[in-house]
Order: sequence, then structure tokens, then C-alpha cells
Amino acid sequence: MTQISATAAAPTTGNAVRTPWSEFWRKFKKQKLGMIALAFVLFLIVIAILAPWIAPFDPEGYFDYDMLNSGPSMAHWFGVDSLGRDIFSRVLMGARISLATGFFSVFLGGIVGTTLGLLAGYYEGWWDRVTMRISDVLFAFPGILLALGVVAILGSSMTNVVVAVSVFSVPAFARLVRGNTLVLKHLTYIESAKSIGASDWTILLRHILPGTISSIVVYFTMRVGTSIITAASLSFLGMGAQPPTPEWGAMLNDARADMVNAPHEALFPSLAIFLTVLAFNLLGDALRDALDPRIDRR
Amino acid sequence: MLSYFLKRLLGLIPTLLIVMVLVFLFVHMLPGDPARLAAGQDADDQTVQLVRQELGLDKPMPVQFVNYFTRMVHGDLGISIRTRRPVIDVIGERFMPTFWLTLTSMIWSVIFGMVIGMVSAVFRNRWPDQLGMTLAVSGISFPAFALGMVLMQIFSVDLGWLPTVGADTWRNYILPSITLGAGVAAVMARFTRASFVDVIGEDFVRTARAKGLREWVVILKHCLRNALIPVVTMMGLQFGFLLGGSIVVEAVFNWPGVGRLLVDAVNVRDYPVIQALVLMFSLEFILINLVVDVLYGFINPTIRYK
Repeated sequence: MTQISATAAAPTTGNAVRTPWSEFWRKFKKQKLGMIALAFVLFLIVIAILAPWIAPFDPEGYFDYDMLNSGPSMAHWFGVDSLGRDIFSRVLMGARISLATGFFSVFLGGIVGTTLGLLAGYYEGWWDRVTMRISDVLFAFPGILLALGVVAILGSSMTNVVVAVSVFSVPAFARLVRGNTLVLKHLTYIESAKSIGASDWTILLRHILPGTISSIVVYFTMRVGTSIITAASLSFLGMGAQPPTPEWGAMLNDARADMVNAPHEALFPSLAIFLTVLAFNLLGDALRDALDPRIDRR
Repeated sequence: MLSYFLKRLLGLIPTLLIVMVLVFLFVHMLPGDPARLAAGQDADDQTVQLVRQELGLDKPMPVQFVNYFTRMVHGDLGISIRTRRPVIDVIGERFMPTFWLTLTSMIWSVIFGMVIGMVSAVFRNRWPDQLGMTLAVSGISFPAFALGMVLMQIFSVDLGWLPTVGADTWRNYILPSITLGAGVAAVMARFTRASFVDVIGEDFVRTARAKGLREWVVILKHCLRNALIPVVTMMGLQFGFLLGGSIVVEAVFNWPGVGRLLVDAVNVRDYPVIQALVLMFSLEFILINLVVDVLYGFINPTIRYK
């Protein structure tokens, strides 16, 4: 687990050499659901990147006033919303927004949390106690409440949603990385690194951090799903993406008024959120089973 | 047991202080001048100055904090900017619907989730396990607001069996409670399964079976208690999730609770209400953690003597 850097050079074919990477892949590819989830996530990433070019209609600026609230058809695969916009194009663009929000918020929270966790686990002492006490308070604190507080302070916009959602990833990463660091720092190879005079900085970044990577990757993946839901919830409440942005949660909020005569307006964004989050959760489960069976199941 | 309880109680003091400071600072982190916010947008400078004095915002920060603290302890949470009524009254009338909604959701979802988790662990890798875990992973992936909209569409609009909005009778509670609890039930199921699978592999379980005990006695008497320890911790964490979830679910079902009050307050920047609600949510949350800690000591005697 510790020599991630060795993976690039090592051969992955044949049984002769077993690298951490080939071991991981051997375990991972046995899990059918995980492979499907991985394929779906990759597919989503491609859609998110290409959305502006593959969307058949302009997701924000196209209005078909003759087809308001009409259901799925050949021209409009997912139907048309109450303003005459093409729902298929909007769902595609929504993938870009949701994936970006999910990735960036967890990335931001992951970096801050990992740094705090490394320092707390390595130095312990008062810094550790303060960080962990705050983490404990924030950890199980309802994420959406925290996010609402941040949005109340900063105002509602997509950037603020990313910040708001990232805040509640921080304590989770801090706890996870601290736990790993506490175990790793007593191992012999860290001791030998110290004895040859490696600086704390080198030990933390080059010797301890790589050892925590597998847990971080698993947690990261699971967290993306949760963060996408939280961000969508905020937009659903009107605190995130503002109209006419085609964010999935915001689209569902718009669809509420027409639920009775045009349920398809709610169906497709719901399905999009569900399948995306499901894919990240299944991928996270499969990664955990292949990388780190000890991490808890959330 | 008593000394354990007291120790936990004392341990809450630093947490409480952190929360109080954060909630106090909250108003000062808001963009703009809190005095101007309180006085209203059209107020002239003189009025703003008066409001500043009235609210004590012209005093140094530590003095302000002590004043704030004293007011809180006396139950004075300020005046709502929007309704011009005492915040404590505004929250008071919204509290019970949320409380009952959270409680009913918690009860059904914990029972349901634990049963699914146990069945899945006992029938590991067979069809009940696969069915249970498919349900569970779907449950954590389906956003509550979408689930609420779907349920409302099917059972209230199409079938007409249940009312859509309001909180008057027990029938009003069914859909919001299912919506709110679904995620928790899913997490509980996954967690219980994991914990049970660990315990079933232990030596004492093999011993119990070797003694010739019936399988259900082994599962319910020997495994359950041990598997419950991490599950109870999880339950505490899930309460936080429910408190957060209630905000979204209340928006879907137009529920007259504190969650919707919070959303409305954030929308109009009614900061005394936001501040009081965040404080209330935190206190609730801390209290629940205390209950979980005590339960934990009750189930696992070794932890009491540490």
C-alpha cells in the first residue's frame, strides 16, 4: 500500500510480479457491480465534459412555447418543461454541475481535512485535542444545517455551495487520516526514516501520506455521492444554483408546481441524481472491499 | 454508572462552549452590519445607532458574549426581524411537529434497518442479503426530496389515500416519516449487517453453537448484544442526519416545523431566528449524544470503568 509510486513502472501482466496496483486490480475486477459503477462514473465524466457540445438544444436559452410541459418525444427525449426548455439537454448540463460540485467540494474538504488529520496524528498534544474536539462536534452535525449556515453567511451561489458542502467533509477526513497516522507513525520504516535524519515534513508527505491514500480514495468516492445529494438539496431549497441554471435539485424544485400534469419534469432529474449517487456509492463499496476492508460503511 | 454519567455530563461543557461561541460569532460573520440588519434596510443612520446601542453591539466583543450568554440562559433569544415576535414563541409553536416527525422516523427506521441488517448478515451472500443490501444502497442514494415528491405523487395525488400537506392527524405523518427515515433505515441496515458479520465470526459464537444452542438463541442472545455496540453509536450519528433531513423533508411536505422555519429565516435573513435555531439544533444534538453515551455504557459494561 505504501509504494504507490512504484506502480507506474511495474508490469501489470502475468503472475510474475505482484505490485499493490495489480493486487488491487485483481480484487477490484472480480466485483461486477463495482465494474459497472466504474463504467457509469466514467461515462458521466465524459458527458459532463462534452455536455455543451452533445446537448441537442441550448439548456438555458432554447424555448419551445408550443410544447410547454409536453412529455417525452422523438424531438425531446425527456420532454419539455414549463418554460419550454428541453429537459434532456438540461439533465446533461446538470451532470456537469453536479459532478463538478461533488468533486471540488470533497477535494477541498479532503485537502484541509487530510492536512489537519496528519498534523493531529503526528504531533498529538494540545493541537490534536483541539482539532479532534472540533471534529467531533462537526462530524455528525447535520451537513445540510452546516451548509445552510455557510450559505446564510456567504449568500446563495454555486461557489458558496461548494464551500458549504466541503466544510462538512473536513472533520470526516481529519478523523480518518489521524487514525491512520497514529498507527503508521509507530511502524519501523518511519522510525528508520527518522533515524537517518529525515525532516518531519518529508516523513509526513513522503512516508505517512502514501500509507493513508487507500483509505482516502475510498472515503473520497463515497463522499462525492453524499456531497452531490447535499448540494442538490441546497439547490432544491433555493439556496444553491439560481434559475435558469440546470442544476438537478433546482430542476426538481421547478418541477414541483407541475407535478400533477407533468411528472416527467421531476422524474428525469430524480433518476439522474439517484443513478449518479448510486454509482459513486457502489464504486466506493467496491474500492473499499479491494483496498481497505476496515473502513466503516457509510 | 452514576459517576460515568456525571463524567460524560462534564465532558459536554467544552463542546457546549464551542457551540455557544460559534453561534455567537455567527452574527458577526454575516456580511454587513448586524445593527443595520436588525433596524431594516430603510432605517437612517440615527436609528441604526440606536438599535446598535439597544442590542449592545457597541460594546467590546467579550462583553457582548457575556451578555449574550446571560440572555440565552434566561431564555431570551431575541426578537424575530420578520415577525417582530419573540424568537422563543416563534420556535415554540413550530417545535412539536418536527419533534414528532423526527421521533416517528427514528423509531421505524432503526427497527426496520436493524432487522434488515440482521437478516442480511444471517443469510450472508444469499438472496435475502442481496435484496436487503440492494434496498439499502438505493436508500442512501435516493435524495430525500425526490423520494418525498414521488411518494406524494403516488399516494396523495394519484391514489388519494393520504393527505398532501399539514400536520393535523396521524395520517399526515406517514409519508414525511417514511421519506425522512428511509436514508437512516438504509444506513442502519448496512451498518448492522457489517457489525453482525464481524460478531458471527467470533469464537464465542462458535462455542455457543457447539454447545448445541438453537440458532435463534445464538443470534438474538449472543450476537445481538455485542453487535449492538457500534450500532448504537451509529444511531446517535443518524439523529444528526435526521435533524438535517427534516429541513428538506419539511420543505417538500410544507410541514409546519422548525426545519422549514430555518429555511424561511435564511431566505429573509432573519438572523435572530437562524441563530436561535442553530443553537437549538446543536443542543438537541449534544443531548442525543449524551443519551447515546449513556446507552453505550449500559450495553457495554467495560466502557464504564475506563
